[in-house]
Amino acid sequence: MSVRNSLLAILASDPAHGYGLKSSFEESTAGAWPLNVGQVYTTLGRLERDGLVQAEPSEEEGPRQTWRITDLGREVLEEWYASPVTSDPPARDELTLKVLLAAAGDDVDVSAIIHKERTATMERLQQLTRHKQKADPDKELPWLLLLDALILKASAEINWLDLCEERLEHRAQSKDGGADGR
Amino acid sequence: MDAKADVPMLAFDNAARVYGKGDKAVRALGPVTLEVMPGELVAIMGPSGSGKSTLLSLAGALDVPTEGRVCIHGKDLSQQSMAELAELRRRVIGFVFQDLNLLPGLTAIENVALPLELDGMKLSRARAAAAEALNGVKLSSMADRFPDDLSGGEQQRVAIARAHVGPRQLMLADEPTGALDSVTGELVMRLLRQQCDRGRTVVLVTHDAAHAAWADRVLYLRDGLLVAPVEAALPSSLAETAGRA
Repeated sequence: MSVRNSLLAILASDPAHGYGLKSSFEESTAGAWPLNVGQVYTTLGRLERDGLVQAEPSEEEGPRQTWRITDLGREVLEEWYASPVTSDPPARDELTLKVLLAAAGDDVDVSAIIHKERTATMERLQQLTRHKQKADPDKELPWLLLLDALILKASAEINWLDLCEERLEHRAQSKDGGADGR
Repeated sequence: MDAKADVPMLAFDNAARVYGKGDKAVRALGPVTLEVMPGELVAIMGPSGSGKSTLLSLAGALDVPTEGRVCIHGKDLSQQSMAELAELRRRVIGFVFQDLNLLPGLTAIENVALPLELDGMKLSRARAAAAEALNGVKLSSMADRFPDDLSGGEQQRVAIARAHVGPRQLMLADEPTGALDSVTGELVMRLLRQQCDRGRTVVLVTHDAAHAAWADRVLYLRDGLLVAPVEAALPSSLAETAGRA
Protein backbone atom coordinates (compact mmCIF):
# COMPACT_ATOMS: atom_id res chain seq x y z
CA MET A 1 0.00 0.00 0.00
CA SER A 2 1.38 3.38 -0.96
CA VAL A 3 1.03 5.70 2.05
CA ARG A 4 2.68 8.44 0.01
CA ASN A 5 0.09 8.40 -2.79
CA SER A 6 -2.75 7.90 -0.32
CA LEU A 7 -1.83 11.09 1.56
CA LEU A 8 -1.55 13.01 -1.72
CA ALA A 9 -5.00 11.71 -2.74
CA ILE A 10 -6.55 13.01 0.49
CA LEU A 11 -4.75 16.36 0.38
CA ALA A 12 -5.94 16.82 -3.22
CA SER A 13 -9.46 17.46 -1.83
CA ASP A 14 -8.58 19.70 1.12
CA PRO A 15 -5.60 20.80 3.16
CA ALA A 16 -5.35 18.90 6.44
CA HIS A 17 -3.19 18.45 9.49
CA GLY A 18 -1.47 15.19 10.34
CA TYR A 19 -4.12 13.64 12.54
CA GLY A 20 -6.87 14.71 10.12
CA LEU A 21 -5.01 12.89 7.34
CA LYS A 22 -4.90 9.71 9.40
CA SER A 23 -8.64 9.93 10.12
CA SER A 24 -9.61 10.71 6.51
CA PHE A 25 -7.45 7.88 5.22
CA GLU A 26 -9.03 5.37 7.59
CA GLU A 27 -12.54 6.61 6.82
CA SER A 28 -12.04 6.36 3.05
CA THR A 29 -10.59 2.86 3.33
CA ALA A 30 -13.08 1.55 5.92
CA GLY A 31 -10.33 1.06 8.49
CA ALA A 32 -8.80 -1.83 6.57
CA TRP A 33 -5.22 -0.56 6.90
CA PRO A 34 -4.77 1.32 10.17
CA LEU A 35 -2.09 4.03 9.93
CA ASN A 36 -0.12 5.30 12.88
CA VAL A 37 0.37 9.02 13.23
CA GLY A 38 4.16 8.65 13.28
CA GLN A 39 3.99 7.05 9.82
CA VAL A 40 1.92 10.00 8.61
CA TYR A 41 4.44 12.58 9.85
CA THR A 42 7.43 10.67 8.46
CA THR A 43 5.73 10.46 5.06
CA LEU A 44 4.73 14.14 5.14
CA GLY A 45 8.40 14.98 5.83
CA ARG A 46 9.48 13.06 2.72
CA LEU A 47 6.68 14.57 0.62
CA GLU A 48 7.78 18.04 1.72
CA ARG A 49 11.42 17.28 0.94
CA ASP A 50 10.36 16.21 -2.60
CA GLY A 51 8.25 19.35 -3.07
CA LEU A 52 4.93 17.44 -3.28
CA VAL A 53 3.32 19.06 -0.22
CA GLN A 54 3.96 22.24 1.72
CA ALA A 55 3.09 23.48 5.18
CA GLU A 56 0.65 26.37 5.19
CA PRO A 57 2.21 29.52 6.59
CA SER A 58 1.09 29.63 10.21
CA GLU A 59 2.30 30.50 13.67
CA GLU A 60 1.71 26.92 14.73
CA GLU A 61 4.22 24.19 14.14
CA GLY A 62 4.12 20.49 14.88
CA PRO A 63 0.89 18.53 15.11
CA ARG A 64 -1.40 21.52 14.41
CA GLN A 65 0.40 22.40 11.21
CA THR A 66 -1.79 22.27 8.11
CA TRP A 67 -0.50 20.73 4.91
CA ARG A 68 -1.53 21.35 1.32
CA ILE A 69 -0.66 19.59 -1.92
CA THR A 70 1.60 21.40 -4.45
CA ASP A 71 1.18 21.46 -8.25
CA LEU A 72 3.99 18.95 -8.51
CA GLY A 73 2.16 16.83 -5.92
CA ARG A 74 -0.97 16.91 -8.10
CA GLU A 75 1.06 15.79 -11.11
CA VAL A 76 2.51 12.85 -9.19
CA LEU A 77 -0.99 11.90 -7.97
CA GLU A 78 -2.46 12.08 -11.48
CA GLU A 79 0.39 9.90 -12.71
CA TRP A 80 -0.46 7.35 -9.98
CA TYR A 81 -4.16 7.28 -10.92
CA ALA A 82 -3.26 7.00 -14.61
CA SER A 83 -0.86 4.05 -14.21
CA PRO A 84 -2.46 0.63 -13.81
CA VAL A 85 -1.29 -1.27 -10.76
CA THR A 86 1.08 -4.00 -11.86
CA SER A 87 2.18 -7.00 -9.90
CA ASP A 88 5.07 -8.30 -11.92
CA PRO A 89 6.61 -10.39 -10.47
CA PRO A 90 3.44 -11.51 -8.67
CA ALA A 91 3.17 -10.49 -5.04
CA ARG A 92 4.29 -13.36 -2.83
CA ASP A 93 1.36 -14.86 -1.05
CA GLU A 94 1.67 -17.62 1.45
CA LEU A 95 -1.18 -19.80 0.22
CA THR A 96 0.18 -20.02 -3.34
CA LEU A 97 3.64 -20.66 -1.99
CA LYS A 98 2.44 -23.39 0.38
CA VAL A 99 0.44 -25.27 -2.26
CA LEU A 100 3.20 -25.06 -4.89
CA LEU A 101 5.80 -26.35 -2.45
CA ALA A 102 3.46 -29.09 -1.18
CA ALA A 103 2.74 -30.19 -4.77
CA ALA A 104 6.47 -30.35 -5.50
CA GLY A 105 7.32 -32.20 -2.27
CA ASP A 106 7.42 -35.93 -1.60
CA ASP A 107 5.19 -37.48 1.03
CA VAL A 108 3.03 -34.39 1.45
CA ASP A 109 -0.74 -34.91 1.58
CA VAL A 110 -1.55 -32.02 -0.77
CA SER A 111 -5.26 -32.72 -0.98
CA ALA A 112 -5.57 -32.57 2.83
CA ILE A 113 -3.78 -29.22 2.76
CA ILE A 114 -6.03 -27.95 -0.01
CA HIS A 115 -9.16 -29.11 1.79
CA LYS A 116 -8.14 -27.42 5.03
CA GLU A 117 -7.22 -24.17 3.28
CA ARG A 118 -10.48 -24.20 1.32
CA THR A 119 -12.51 -24.72 4.49
CA ALA A 120 -10.70 -21.82 6.18
CA THR A 121 -11.20 -19.56 3.16
CA MET A 122 -14.88 -20.49 2.98
CA GLU A 123 -15.33 -19.64 6.66
CA ARG A 124 -13.67 -16.28 6.04
CA LEU A 125 -15.91 -15.79 3.01
CA GLN A 126 -19.01 -16.56 5.08
CA GLN A 127 -17.88 -14.10 7.73
CA LEU A 128 -17.31 -11.38 5.10
CA THR A 129 -20.70 -12.13 3.55
CA ARG A 130 -22.42 -11.73 6.92
CA HIS A 131 -20.80 -8.29 7.23
CA LYS A 132 -21.97 -7.47 3.72
CA GLN A 133 -25.52 -8.52 4.56
CA LYS A 134 -25.55 -5.95 7.35
CA ALA A 135 -23.71 -3.15 5.51
CA ASP A 136 -25.71 -0.07 4.50
CA PRO A 137 -24.94 0.68 0.83
CA ASP A 138 -25.83 4.37 1.27
CA LYS A 139 -23.95 5.12 4.45
CA GLU A 140 -21.07 2.66 4.33
CA LEU A 141 -19.90 2.62 0.73
CA PRO A 142 -16.11 2.33 1.38
CA TRP A 143 -16.77 -0.59 3.76
CA LEU A 144 -19.02 -2.30 1.19
CA LEU A 145 -16.49 -1.81 -1.63
CA LEU A 146 -13.76 -3.22 0.59
CA LEU A 147 -15.93 -6.23 1.47
CA ASP A 148 -16.67 -6.82 -2.24
CA ALA A 149 -12.93 -6.80 -2.98
CA LEU A 150 -12.16 -9.24 -0.16
CA ILE A 151 -15.11 -11.49 -1.07
CA LEU A 152 -14.09 -11.74 -4.71
CA LYS A 153 -10.46 -12.41 -3.78
CA ALA A 154 -11.48 -15.14 -1.33
CA SER A 155 -13.81 -16.62 -3.90
CA ALA A 156 -11.01 -16.63 -6.51
CA GLU A 157 -8.80 -18.36 -3.95
CA ILE A 158 -11.39 -21.13 -3.59
CA ASN A 159 -11.68 -21.51 -7.37
CA TRP A 160 -7.91 -21.78 -7.58
CA LEU A 161 -7.80 -24.44 -4.84
CA ASP A 162 -10.50 -26.42 -6.70
CA LEU A 163 -8.43 -26.23 -9.85
CA CYS A 164 -5.27 -27.33 -8.01
CA GLU A 165 -7.15 -30.31 -6.62
CA GLU A 166 -8.35 -31.33 -10.08
CA ARG A 167 -4.92 -30.96 -11.68
CA LEU A 168 -3.25 -32.93 -8.92
CA GLU A 169 -5.83 -35.67 -9.22
CA HIS A 170 -5.23 -35.75 -12.96
CA ARG A 171 -1.47 -36.01 -12.32
CA ALA A 172 -2.03 -38.87 -9.86
CA GLN A 173 -4.20 -40.72 -12.39
CA SER A 174 -1.63 -40.24 -15.17
CA LYS A 175 1.08 -41.61 -12.87
CA ASP A 176 -1.05 -44.65 -12.03
CA GLY A 177 -1.76 -45.16 -15.75
CA GLY A 178 1.96 -44.91 -16.53
CA ALA A 179 2.80 -47.48 -13.89
CA ASP A 180 0.23 -49.93 -15.29
CA GLY A 181 1.65 -49.54 -18.78
CA ARG A 182 5.18 -50.44 -17.81
CA MET B 1 -46.95 -28.44 6.88
CA ASP B 2 -45.87 -26.83 10.14
CA ALA B 3 -42.13 -26.76 10.41
CA LYS B 4 -41.35 -28.12 13.88
CA ALA B 5 -38.04 -26.62 14.81
CA ASP B 6 -36.51 -29.81 16.21
CA VAL B 7 -37.37 -32.09 13.27
CA PRO B 8 -35.01 -31.81 10.30
CA MET B 9 -36.75 -30.36 7.24
CA LEU B 10 -34.60 -32.66 5.13
CA ALA B 11 -32.69 -35.74 6.23
CA PHE B 12 -30.52 -38.18 4.29
CA ASP B 13 -29.78 -41.35 6.22
CA ASN B 14 -27.06 -43.30 4.41
CA ALA B 15 -28.92 -42.53 1.20
CA ALA B 16 -27.36 -43.62 -2.07
CA ARG B 17 -28.40 -43.67 -5.71
CA VAL B 18 -26.90 -46.36 -7.92
CA TYR B 19 -27.77 -46.60 -11.60
CA GLY B 20 -27.58 -50.00 -13.34
CA LYS B 21 -26.70 -53.35 -11.82
CA GLY B 22 -23.76 -55.70 -11.36
CA ASP B 23 -20.61 -54.78 -13.28
CA LYS B 24 -22.36 -51.90 -14.95
CA ALA B 25 -23.56 -50.28 -11.73
CA VAL B 26 -22.64 -46.62 -11.43
CA ARG B 27 -22.83 -45.01 -8.01
CA ALA B 28 -23.98 -41.43 -8.62
CA LEU B 29 -24.34 -40.57 -4.96
CA GLY B 30 -23.70 -41.82 -1.50
CA PRO B 31 -24.00 -43.11 0.98
CA VAL B 32 -24.78 -39.63 2.27
CA THR B 33 -25.96 -38.71 5.77
CA LEU B 34 -27.13 -35.17 6.20
CA GLU B 35 -29.65 -33.17 8.22
CA VAL B 36 -30.95 -29.74 7.26
CA MET B 37 -32.93 -27.99 10.00
CA PRO B 38 -35.87 -25.61 9.42
CA GLY B 39 -34.64 -22.09 8.68
CA GLU B 40 -31.25 -23.30 7.52
CA LEU B 41 -29.59 -22.35 4.25
CA VAL B 42 -27.21 -25.10 3.16
CA ALA B 43 -25.03 -24.79 0.07
CA ILE B 44 -23.67 -27.81 -1.75
CA MET B 45 -20.54 -27.37 -3.84
CA GLY B 46 -18.45 -29.82 -5.83
CA PRO B 47 -17.11 -30.45 -9.32
CA SER B 48 -19.31 -31.56 -12.22
CA GLY B 49 -20.37 -35.15 -11.82
CA SER B 50 -19.87 -35.13 -8.06
CA GLY B 51 -23.56 -35.94 -7.42
CA LYS B 52 -24.98 -32.48 -6.66
CA SER B 53 -27.94 -32.79 -9.01
CA THR B 54 -28.66 -36.35 -7.89
CA LEU B 55 -28.73 -35.14 -4.29
CA LEU B 56 -31.19 -32.41 -5.21
CA SER B 57 -33.41 -34.85 -7.15
CA LEU B 58 -33.59 -37.13 -4.12
CA ALA B 59 -34.28 -34.18 -1.81
CA GLY B 60 -37.07 -33.05 -4.10
CA ALA B 61 -38.75 -36.47 -4.27
CA LEU B 62 -38.10 -36.51 -8.02
CA ASP B 63 -36.06 -39.69 -7.60
CA VAL B 64 -35.76 -42.40 -4.95
CA PRO B 65 -32.61 -43.69 -3.24
CA THR B 66 -31.51 -47.24 -4.04
CA GLU B 67 -30.08 -47.51 -0.50
CA GLY B 68 -30.86 -45.75 2.76
CA ARG B 69 -33.60 -43.23 3.39
CA VAL B 70 -34.52 -39.67 2.53
CA CYS B 71 -37.01 -37.95 4.85
CA ILE B 72 -38.78 -34.65 4.45
CA HIS B 73 -39.81 -33.26 7.82
CA GLY B 74 -39.79 -36.74 9.29
CA LYS B 75 -41.65 -38.46 6.44
CA ASP B 76 -39.71 -41.29 4.85
CA LEU B 77 -40.16 -40.74 1.11
CA SER B 78 -39.93 -44.47 0.35
CA GLN B 79 -43.05 -45.03 2.50
CA GLN B 80 -45.16 -42.52 0.56
CA SER B 81 -47.52 -43.38 -2.27
CA MET B 82 -47.10 -41.70 -5.66
CA ALA B 83 -50.02 -39.43 -4.81
CA GLU B 84 -48.47 -38.48 -1.47
CA LEU B 85 -45.14 -37.74 -3.16
CA ALA B 86 -46.89 -35.55 -5.72
CA GLU B 87 -48.61 -33.72 -2.89
CA LEU B 88 -45.26 -33.15 -1.14
CA ARG B 89 -43.88 -31.68 -4.35
CA ARG B 90 -46.88 -29.37 -4.66
CA ARG B 91 -47.24 -28.27 -1.05
CA VAL B 92 -43.89 -28.58 0.67
CA ILE B 93 -41.10 -28.37 -1.88
CA GLY B 94 -40.35 -25.53 -4.27
CA PHE B 95 -37.75 -25.68 -7.04
CA VAL B 96 -35.62 -22.91 -8.52
CA PHE B 97 -33.52 -23.79 -11.54
CA GLN B 98 -30.92 -21.96 -13.59
CA ASP B 99 -33.18 -22.07 -16.67
CA LEU B 100 -36.18 -20.41 -15.18
CA ASN B 101 -38.99 -22.60 -16.43
CA LEU B 102 -41.55 -19.79 -16.36
CA LEU B 103 -44.45 -20.29 -18.72
CA PRO B 104 -44.17 -17.61 -21.42
CA GLY B 105 -47.95 -17.37 -21.98
CA LEU B 106 -48.67 -16.49 -18.33
CA THR B 107 -47.95 -13.22 -16.53
CA ALA B 108 -45.64 -13.11 -13.51
CA ILE B 109 -48.51 -13.39 -11.05
CA GLU B 110 -50.18 -16.19 -13.03
CA ASN B 111 -46.89 -18.12 -13.06
CA VAL B 112 -46.57 -17.75 -9.30
CA ALA B 113 -50.21 -18.68 -8.65
CA LEU B 114 -50.11 -21.73 -10.93
CA PRO B 115 -48.85 -24.35 -8.42
CA LEU B 116 -51.60 -23.30 -5.99
CA GLU B 117 -54.29 -23.43 -8.67
CA LEU B 118 -53.05 -26.88 -9.75
CA ASP B 119 -53.35 -27.87 -6.11
CA GLY B 120 -57.05 -26.97 -6.25
CA MET B 121 -56.92 -23.62 -4.49
CA LYS B 122 -59.60 -21.09 -5.42
CA LEU B 123 -58.40 -18.63 -8.03
CA SER B 124 -58.88 -15.55 -5.83
CA ARG B 125 -56.98 -17.08 -2.92
CA ALA B 126 -54.21 -18.34 -5.20
CA ARG B 127 -53.82 -14.87 -6.72
CA ALA B 128 -53.72 -13.23 -3.29
CA ALA B 129 -50.99 -15.65 -2.15
CA ALA B 130 -49.08 -15.05 -5.40
CA ALA B 131 -49.31 -11.28 -4.92
CA GLU B 132 -47.88 -11.65 -1.45
CA ALA B 133 -45.02 -13.84 -2.71
CA LEU B 134 -44.22 -11.32 -5.47
CA ASN B 135 -44.22 -8.56 -2.88
CA GLY B 136 -41.70 -10.61 -0.91
CA VAL B 137 -39.28 -10.50 -3.85
CA LYS B 138 -40.06 -6.80 -4.45
CA LEU B 139 -41.76 -7.38 -7.79
CA SER B 140 -45.32 -6.22 -7.07
CA SER B 141 -45.11 -3.60 -9.80
CA MET B 142 -44.26 -6.25 -12.41
CA ALA B 143 -47.07 -8.69 -11.52
CA ASP B 144 -48.91 -8.30 -14.83
CA ARG B 145 -45.87 -8.50 -17.10
CA PHE B 146 -45.08 -11.54 -19.21
CA PRO B 147 -41.70 -13.27 -18.68
CA ASP B 148 -40.35 -11.94 -21.98
CA ASP B 149 -40.83 -8.39 -20.70
CA LEU B 150 -38.75 -9.07 -17.60
CA SER B 151 -34.95 -9.09 -17.22
CA GLY B 152 -33.14 -12.33 -16.32
CA GLY B 153 -32.86 -11.22 -12.70
CA GLU B 154 -36.56 -10.31 -12.49
CA GLN B 155 -37.51 -13.66 -14.00
CA GLN B 156 -35.39 -15.45 -11.41
CA ARG B 157 -37.16 -13.49 -8.67
CA VAL B 158 -40.51 -14.61 -10.10
CA ALA B 159 -39.19 -18.19 -10.01
CA ILE B 160 -38.21 -17.73 -6.35
CA ALA B 161 -41.67 -16.36 -5.55
CA ARG B 162 -43.22 -19.38 -7.28
CA ALA B 163 -40.95 -21.74 -5.31
CA HIS B 164 -42.11 -20.47 -1.94
CA VAL B 165 -45.70 -19.42 -2.65
CA GLY B 166 -48.33 -20.72 -0.26
CA PRO B 167 -47.35 -23.11 2.51
CA ARG B 168 -44.13 -24.44 0.97
CA GLN B 169 -41.24 -24.65 3.40
CA LEU B 170 -38.38 -26.29 1.53
CA MET B 171 -36.75 -24.61 -1.46
CA LEU B 172 -34.30 -26.54 -3.63
CA ALA B 173 -32.24 -24.28 -5.84
CA ASP B 174 -30.01 -25.62 -8.62
CA GLU B 175 -27.50 -22.95 -9.74
CA PRO B 176 -30.14 -20.20 -9.43
CA THR B 177 -27.55 -17.50 -10.07
CA GLY B 178 -25.80 -19.32 -12.92
CA ALA B 179 -27.17 -17.14 -15.72
CA LEU B 180 -27.11 -13.82 -13.85
CA ASP B 181 -24.56 -11.01 -13.61
CA SER B 182 -22.87 -10.54 -10.24
CA VAL B 183 -25.07 -7.74 -8.91
CA THR B 184 -28.30 -9.58 -9.82
CA GLY B 185 -26.86 -12.85 -8.55
CA GLU B 186 -26.21 -11.19 -5.21
CA LEU B 187 -29.79 -9.89 -5.10
CA VAL B 188 -31.08 -13.44 -5.62
CA MET B 189 -28.84 -14.68 -2.81
CA ARG B 190 -30.12 -11.93 -0.51
CA LEU B 191 -33.70 -13.08 -1.27
CA LEU B 192 -32.90 -16.73 -0.55
CA ARG B 193 -31.17 -15.66 2.69
CA GLN B 194 -34.27 -13.65 3.68
CA GLN B 195 -36.49 -16.66 3.03
CA CYS B 196 -34.39 -18.66 5.53
CA ASP B 197 -34.35 -15.84 8.05
CA ARG B 198 -38.17 -16.02 7.90
CA GLY B 199 -38.10 -19.73 8.68
CA ARG B 200 -38.04 -21.43 5.27
CA THR B 201 -35.32 -23.94 4.46
CA VAL B 202 -33.12 -23.69 1.38
CA VAL B 203 -30.74 -26.21 -0.14
CA LEU B 204 -28.66 -24.53 -2.80
CA VAL B 205 -26.39 -26.15 -5.35
CA THR B 206 -23.82 -23.75 -6.73
CA HIS B 207 -20.31 -23.65 -8.13
CA ASP B 208 -19.91 -20.03 -7.06
CA ALA B 209 -18.10 -19.78 -3.73
CA ALA B 210 -19.16 -16.16 -3.20
CA HIS B 211 -22.82 -17.22 -3.44
CA ALA B 212 -22.32 -20.36 -1.35
CA ALA B 213 -20.97 -18.09 1.38
CA TRP B 214 -24.49 -16.75 2.02
CA ALA B 215 -25.29 -20.18 3.48
CA ASP B 216 -25.15 -21.21 7.13
CA ARG B 217 -23.26 -24.33 6.09
CA VAL B 218 -21.29 -25.17 2.97
CA LEU B 219 -20.85 -28.84 2.11
CA TYR B 220 -18.57 -30.34 -0.52
CA LEU B 221 -19.46 -33.34 -2.62
CA ARG B 222 -16.71 -35.30 -4.28
CA ASP B 223 -17.27 -38.52 -6.22
CA GLY B 224 -20.74 -38.79 -4.73
CA LEU B 225 -19.63 -38.43 -1.12
CA LEU B 226 -19.69 -35.53 1.28
CA VAL B 227 -16.17 -34.48 2.10
CA ALA B 228 -15.65 -34.74 5.85
CA PRO B 229 -15.60 -31.32 7.45
CA VAL B 230 -12.32 -30.18 8.96
CA GLU B 231 -11.76 -27.76 11.79
CA ALA B 232 -10.32 -24.63 10.28
CA ALA B 233 -8.85 -22.10 12.66
CA LEU B 234 -10.43 -18.82 11.64
CA PRO B 235 -7.98 -16.16 10.61
CA SER B 236 -8.12 -12.91 12.57
CA SER B 237 -11.34 -11.20 11.67
CA LEU B 238 -11.47 -8.23 9.39
CA ALA B 239 -14.14 -6.69 11.57
CA GLU B 240 -11.73 -6.60 14.49
CA THR B 241 -9.10 -4.91 12.35
CA ALA B 242 -11.64 -2.39 11.18
CA GLY B 243 -13.05 -1.92 14.69
CA ARG B 244 -16.46 -3.32 13.81
CA ALA B 245 -16.56 -6.47 15.90
